[in-house]
Amino acid sequence: MLSGVNILVGGAFHAAVLFLVAGGLQIVFGVQKIINLACGSFYAIGAYFGISALAWAFKLHLPVATFIPVLLGSGLLLALVLGPLVERVLRSIYHRDEHFQLLLTFAFVLMFEDIIRMIWGASPRQTENIYQAFGEIRLASGMNIPAYNLIVIAVAIALSLALGWFLQSTRFGKIVRATAENAAICEALCIDVSKVYMAVFTLGVALGTTGGALVVPATAASLDMGVELIVDAFAVVVIGGLGSMAGALIGALIVGFTRAAAIWIYPEFEMLAIYVLVIAVLIFRPRGLLGKFT
Amino acid sequence: MSAAETTAAPPVAKGTAKFAYAVPLIGFGVFAVFPYIAGPHYTILMFSAMGFAIALFGLNLLFGYTGLLPFGHAMFLATGAYTTAYLTASKYLSLELILLTAAAAATVIAVPVGLLCIRYIKIYFGMLTLAFSMLLYSFLFKFYQITGGDEGLRIKMPTPSLLDLSKLDTLAILTGPLYYFVFGLLVILAFIMWRIVDSAFGLGLRAIRENEQKAKYLGVNVQRCRLVAFVIAGIYGALGGVIVAIPVGLADPSLAYWVQSGNLVFMVLLGGYTNFFGPLLGAALFILFQDQLMTYTEYWRLTFGILLAVIVIFFPNGLMAIVDRRGWWST
Repeated sequence: MLSGVNILVGGAFHAAVLFLVAGGLQIVFGVQKIINLACGSFYAIGAYFGISALAWAFKLHLPVATFIPVLLGSGLLLALVLGPLVERVLRSIYHRDEHFQLLLTFAFVLMFEDIIRMIWGASPRQTENIYQAFGEIRLASGMNIPAYNLIVIAVAIALSLALGWFLQSTRFGKIVRATAENAAICEALCIDVSKVYMAVFTLGVALGTTGGALVVPATAASLDMGVELIVDAFAVVVIGGLGSMAGALIGALIVGFTRAAAIWIYPEFEMLAIYVLVIAVLIFRPRGLLGKFT
Repeated sequence: MSAAETTAAPPVAKGTAKFAYAVPLIGFGVFAVFPYIAGPHYTILMFSAMGFAIALFGLNLLFGYTGLLPFGHAMFLATGAYTTAYLTASKYLSLELILLTAAAAATVIAVPVGLLCIRYIKIYFGMLTLAFSMLLYSFLFKFYQITGGDEGLRIKMPTPSLLDLSKLDTLAILTGPLYYFVFGLLVILAFIMWRIVDSAFGLGLRAIRENEQKAKYLGVNVQRCRLVAFVIAGIYGALGGVIVAIPVGLADPSLAYWVQSGNLVFMVLLGGYTNFFGPLLGAALFILFQDQLMTYTEYWRLTFGILLAVIVIFFPNGLMAIVDRRGWWST
């Protein structure tokens, strides 16, 4: 029973982080039709930057309660710097074949790995005692689950609700969705599409960096965390359907819990199970569970 | 691969350009004399480069000729490498046998995988091939008893049955007879590939790349052509994988990882996907440049990332487009 609850919480935690990163992938693909391989790199650099931000918060003796806002803020700040910068480079080939856009994001994957190595070094980084500082929640005697996991799940739910509200109800959200449908018509309606693209790409980066920042109290940051996560995020968008935010949510839950269940039942199948699922979805429902594209 | 990019240079009728043959002659000539002009270290690098070039000829049949970008082609490299590992571990050291088995293994994998992948085009094709390569990767990584897990499997050096090499040491074999055996293989496979792309089938692939609908109207069986191209590409990938794995002496899961697939595409792009010989130039330059860079700096990925960005943005047709300005060998 104990392990069952732990697996559920672990799966939900993994799903929450995956949703953020895959959501960043989805919104960029939905609007700009670019598969951003670098979203894993943004996740990694967000994690490292989050560790630095926590170290700074530690030095200022900020209370534990402020750590979550500090992490979220660090992710946002990083995205505001990196997003427009990377988008500016990508912009030069928007008119080109989509293969080249994919390859340019791969170039960024290579670059970011070394940029992280330059700033933070090659050995994995970890925050100490912060995970424990959040304490545990006691469900029954002998059944404790780490509070931090629950906080991250709550934050991810809050962010997904905020994002949903933003896209559905605000004026800018409607412009974003209109641009995703037809950029040429939007341009004809005097919408500055290049600005929309920059904002959307930055939003996508922000989801990745925040996801990375939120994960560091629980796990160590390492150089290959980015290229590893992109594989999972990829599975999420294929299962959920490319370009759909709701699909990212469903996909993240499926991948998160499948992985957790596989680790519990038969660890060798951890990754294999996810990819069997991906291929099954591609065979029987090629556009993904909630995808619009054929 | 917009039509405007690939058909910029009007195709020159073959036989009219006397100097067209200078391109392959110089290219293969450099590989042929390499062991004499450079030390063993560089010769072994070129050995790997020839393996990559073989795999890339296959990749470019899909990318340059058919317009499908595979982002999981490393799965075939791994297929070749692990075939080599299993056979050499069971004392089958004949390189010819290993190459044939690798080709058979690649066909067995490529037919079902291809049947699924070719239902998609553009970015979706790339994603699906990536998914399959990661499936293979996770299998190789996790099933320790069968695949050796993250440590991989050791490869004992195979030798061609045609030659008696028992008197030579490993380094002498690698830089001598085996190098020339692989060189011969490269030339033969390049020639076969040229015959393939120059055939009616190859023309069909190009027609599909330019306009699938029109190709269909003209009687090209689009799906069958794509599948055959995928299987040929897979076989070339596995043959290349055998060669790549020999100097390393190890088959490990990272060969199937998606970053490896990205590097393969990088090599083709560096050499030029719009040129038949792009893979050859790309593989050699990538391997040599990576080696040089790694001796100078631990941040070679940053340099490579910037290089890739510059190629993608400013020279999407790669270096062969500069070497072969007339487009004698353009895809």
